[in-house]
Amino acid sequence: MRARTAVFAALASIAALGIAGCGDAPQELAQKERRYQGKPDTNPWDSPQFGGKQAEWERAIQARTQNQNEYTRVE
Amino acid sequence: MARMKFLVDAERCIECNGCVTACKNANEVPWGVNRRRVVTINDGIPGEKSISVACMHCSDAPCMAVCPVDCFYRTPEGVVLHDKDICIGCGYCFYACPFGAPQFPQAGAFGLRGKMDKCTFCAGGPEKDNSAEEFRKYGSNRLAEGKLPACAEMCSTKALLGGDGDVIADIYRQRVLKRGKGSEVWGWGTAYGAPGGQQKPAAQQPKS
Repeated sequence: MRARTAVFAALASIAALGIAGCGDAPQELAQKERRYQGKPDTNPWDSPQFGGKQAEWERAIQARTQNQNEYTRVE
Repeated sequence: MARMKFLVDAERCIECNGCVTACKNANEVPWGVNRRRVVTINDGIPGEKSISVACMHCSDAPCMAVCPVDCFYRTPEGVVLHDKDICIGCGYCFYACPFGAPQFPQAGAFGLRGKMDKCTFCAGGPEKDNSAEEFRKYGSNRLAEGKLPACAEMCSTKALLGGDGDVIADIYRQRVLKRGKGSEVWGWGTAYGAPGGQQKPAAQQPKS
C-alpha cells in the first residue's frame, strides 16, 4: 500500500513538472515598433510662399546653397 | 530631394561666434540655452582649431532611438525635429547625442528641467508654418521661406556651410583642392555615416 502511494506520488510530481514545462512562456525581448507620437508637420514647400510647389522650393534652396560658394563670385 | 546637412570647415573658423549670435537672434533663444556654440581645440596652442557645434541632423539619429515618448521625427528633407508638447524633459537624448545638441532650459526652482530645445535647421516645428505659436516654441522657420539656417548664411568666412548635402560637399571639395589641405570634415562620419556615404552595418542581435 505504502509502495503504491509512493509510486503514485512520484508519477504525480513528474506529471506536474511536465505540465509546468509546457507552460513555459517565450521570453524573447519584443522590439516595440517606434513611431512618432506628436503632431503632424507640414512640408516647407507647403508654405504660402511656395504653395506646394516642391520643385520651386528645391530650386530656391539650391540657389541659396550655392551662394555660400565664394569661388563662383570671385572667379 | 535635397538632404539637409551642416559642414564645419575647421581650417576657416576664426572663432568669431557670429553663428552663435545669428542663431540666438533669429530664434530668440532664451538665456542658458545654446543651440549652437563654438568649441576650440588646443586653445592657445599654435595650430588651434575651432569648430561650430550644434545638432547635425544625423542620418540615424541616436536621440530618436532613445526617446521614451517618441517625440522626434525626420522631415522628408532630412531635418530632425521634435514635438515639445509631448517632450517630458527626461534628458535621455542629451546622453545619446554625440554632439551635445539637446539643451534644457531651467523651468523652475531646484534645477527643474524644462522641455528639450535644440537646433531646428531653422525649420520650425510641428505648428503652422511661420505662426506665432511655432516661433514661440521652436524659433523661426526660414526653410519655409526658401532660406537656409541663419548661422550658415551669417558665417563671415563660410566655415559653416548648411544646405543640400551634395551641394555643400561639392563646395568643400573645390575648396580643399584649391588650398591642398584640410580635407577632414569634423563630425560627418558620426552624423551621416562612414566616409564615402557608406553606413556601417547594424550589429546583429544575438540569437538565444
